[in-house]
Amino acid sequence: MKTKRIALMAMCIALAMILSYVESQIPSPGIPGVKLGLANIVVIFALYKLGWKEAVGISLLRVLLVSLLFGHVASFFYSIAGAALSLAGMILLKRIDKLSCVAVSVLGGVLHNLGQILMAVVLMGRNVVYYLPVLILSGVAAGVAIGAVSALLVHRVDLQA
Amino acid sequence: MKRLFADKKLRNDLILIAALLLIAGVLYLALNLGRQEGGVAVVRVDGVEVERHSLSVNGTFPLNGGSNILVIEDGKAWLSDADCPDLLCVKQGKIHYTGQVITCLPNRLTVTVEGGESDGVDLVVG
Repeated sequence: MKTKRIALMAMCIALAMILSYVESQIPSPGIPGVKLGLANIVVIFALYKLGWKEAVGISLLRVLLVSLLFGHVASFFYSIAGAALSLAGMILLKRIDKLSCVAVSVLGGVLHNLGQILMAVVLMGRNVVYYLPVLILSGVAAGVAIGAVSALLVHRVDLQA
Repeated sequence: MKRLFADKKLRNDLILIAALLLIAGVLYLALNLGRQEGGVAVVRVDGVEVERHSLSVNGTFPLNGGSNILVIEDGKAWLSDADCPDLLCVKQGKIHYTGQVITCLPNRLTVTVEGGESDGVDLVVG
């Protein structure tokens, strides 16, 4: 049983990394931080199906590995700030259990962008807060899309682990 | 069999989304309501000001040892080239209102439009 869990987590990390790579090939609309967050599908899936500790592990390892493989130095700091804040928010919201998986994803998307802005404020000064409204908007939009896919997966996939 | 969306949760979801959109709208207004034509383009690296250029003087300026090229023309500022692969800073276009900013994440560089004039002659104290 334990081996199966380890294998599942490894598969989740691999899948999250591939999704990150696929996303890096999608042209950016020109505003830093605006993106879909495909890898979050895996994190939400893990959060609902494996547990919050597993989701944290998958998300942080994914950030580390993807930054090492495809990113530049700065991208690690932005990603880790976004991922940490987003994870904390999603875990809390799921625990409250009053909202669906789509809302968890929306909050995750918005908090991810908020975390990146906070890191940008630390690294580059206060001026970057002007991006915040656009990034909240894009976080909500991406969160709904990612949340819908995640909801389907969580609903349909039976792990029997 | 559980339903995909329970009605009560769906309502709560919509409330959360509406609240977030409201926050974005209020923030946007708060940040942009008082905006006006700016006077200078201020260049910062790592949050520290390195140079400033008046928007009323046309010119082309290599920034940060040539990693980004700043162009000022007709009161507007933009980055025409950069050494990063994605060129996001170039795609961000032209800015001229106070508070508008162009960001280059890889070079940790920002260009911000601010009020007033450059060269410190905007205020003369007798």
